[in-house]
Amino acid sequence: MRLMIEGLKRISEYKWEMPVGFKEGMRVPGTVFANEELIEAASRDRALEQVANVAMLPGIVSASMAMPDIHWGYGFPIGGVAAFGRDGVVSPGGVGFDISCGVRLVRSDLREEDVRPGLRDLLAVMAADIPRGLGMGGKIDAPQRLLRKVFTGGARAVIELGYGREGDLEHTEKRGVYEGTDPDRVSKRVYERGGNQLGTLGSGNHFVEVQVVEELFLPDVAGAFGLEEGQVTVMIHSGSRGAGHQVCTDYLKVMDRVVNRLGMELPDRQLACAPLDSPEAADYMAALACAANYALANRQALMHWVRRSFERHFSSPEETLGMDLVYDVSHNTARMETHLVDGEPTSLCVHRKGATASFPPGHPELPPAYSKIGQPVIIPGDMGTASYVLVGAETAMRESFGSTCHGAGRTMSRSKARKSIRGRELRERLEAEGILVMAGKDSLLAEEAPEAYKDVSRVVNVCEGAGLSRKVARLRPMAVLKG
Amino acid sequence: MARFKTVEHTADIGIEVEADNLEELFEGAALGMLSIIVDPSSDIGRGIEVEVSLEAGDIEGLLFEWLNELLFIMDARGVLLSVFQVDGINDLHLEATVRGERIRQGEDRLMTEVKAATFHQLVVEKRGTWFARVIFDV
Repeated sequence: MRLMIEGLKRISEYKWEMPVGFKEGMRVPGTVFANEELIEAASRDRALEQVANVAMLPGIVSASMAMPDIHWGYGFPIGGVAAFGRDGVVSPGGVGFDISCGVRLVRSDLREEDVRPGLRDLLAVMAADIPRGLGMGGKIDAPQRLLRKVFTGGARAVIELGYGREGDLEHTEKRGVYEGTDPDRVSKRVYERGGNQLGTLGSGNHFVEVQVVEELFLPDVAGAFGLEEGQVTVMIHSGSRGAGHQVCTDYLKVMDRVVNRLGMELPDRQLACAPLDSPEAADYMAALACAANYALANRQALMHWVRRSFERHFSSPEETLGMDLVYDVSHNTARMETHLVDGEPTSLCVHRKGATASFPPGHPELPPAYSKIGQPVIIPGDMGTASYVLVGAETAMRESFGSTCHGAGRTMSRSKARKSIRGRELRERLEAEGILVMAGKDSLLAEEAPEAYKDVSRVVNVCEGAGLSRKVARLRPMAVLKG
Repeated sequence: MARFKTVEHTADIGIEVEADNLEELFEGAALGMLSIIVDPSSDIGRGIEVEVSLEAGDIEGLLFEWLNELLFIMDARGVLLSVFQVDGINDLHLEATVRGERIRQGEDRLMTEVKAATFHQLVVEKRGTWFARVIFDV
């Protein structure tokens, strides 16, 4: 039996169109990349309505899109991609509070058998080295002068302080630094919140995970990324912390006033936005770049402590252990990018909220090492199954403004997960499967249980089927340090 | 006395609050938000006092300001709040006194990080009694 989702038209196996008439006021159609199971999951809450709401924003180009890991967010759906032309808008709600939240993957020359015997000790060393959880200040005291450097210099600013190597920048999106910043466009409150949280993991779904490369799908591409089967990797998932949250809160209020002043009618107040050619949009883009740089610096510092933990545990310098950065990607962003619109190269403001850039070989944003291969796309899964490394695909430039998914996507609310899953049992079950987990509280562990998420393998398979990215490697968790 | 409950949302979490007047509604919303952040069995001191004075263009905007102000006090100033006393809400201007204690390193009373109160589905209205709904980004 073929699945029918009311109001949606199936264009191909992995692509559904939401016609302009789906909801009154839509300026462009919606496009959802999903298979039957994932579209059915998306239709169970209000995620599809949110795709329609985004399609109502002025100046939206082509379509309001959703990646296969779509779920109900606030304002934009999580997994939403929307691009705006010169007559369009920028919306802080289209980026979210955790600006430039993202993932980095570190490779190593270690094999699973090198790490497995002392894994519990390694996890304990990492837990001691990496500031995490609620109420934990960082180890870097960042007064205003340093914060200004971080806001303008991104990962480079902390590498200059000794947190990492110059070469890490070549393997970070935007070479580790977002341009177009203005540290005077962020409020005093952003400086206050950013001061003691630099180099902290945070909580919720943020984590540091020791993994093993379980399977290669494209061995040549994996080789170019420095990955091989049986090798140990470390994945870091964190964002811009309180500094980013405050930038979003500040500019939501600014945009809310713009909406009132211009008499714009929006289906959801969280979609507050400003015309791209307005001073408010310019200020937000400059502040957004500052917060994105904070996130890059944060993950850079976190990686530094991961390397230090491995050095201490293995009594060997991290360079000897081959702990090179594979890549760092952000999945909550709005960036000016050039895309073909009706065959013409056009400057667009591309919002990705819970979506990752997926640039193909030859894309100008790629560092030389990956220019012939394509962009590494790092996809964190849930802690019980797998994470993935993908590579950007040419089709994504035509289909999704060079975007793909960002993770598994939640399917169960946090409170329901807490009620139906016991944290301690979950920890024991994972341990029996060879996955050590350390979390602040067992009850919070339940919120992040594998069953609270969609199957990440299905999500990345749909991305591959839709031509948004190709699978390179699957990574199996060995030890998880939860925020 | 305000009554609050948490509401389900796939990725995030919300609260619904009812109260007899606006001041109690705002106090209830603060307690509702705190119930997400802090283990309910926690004992929190009240030695630190912070005066809050806010205004906004509409009543929903004022609730957004109020809850995000409290998050700022907790996150930036490191104060774990426990007592919320709204002294008055007049002409979209709020005066309040909040109390709490310093957050300790390695704090075990904190449960969930609330990043922000959002505008999504934000409602403040009088339905006989006052009603509010807020969705948080967690």
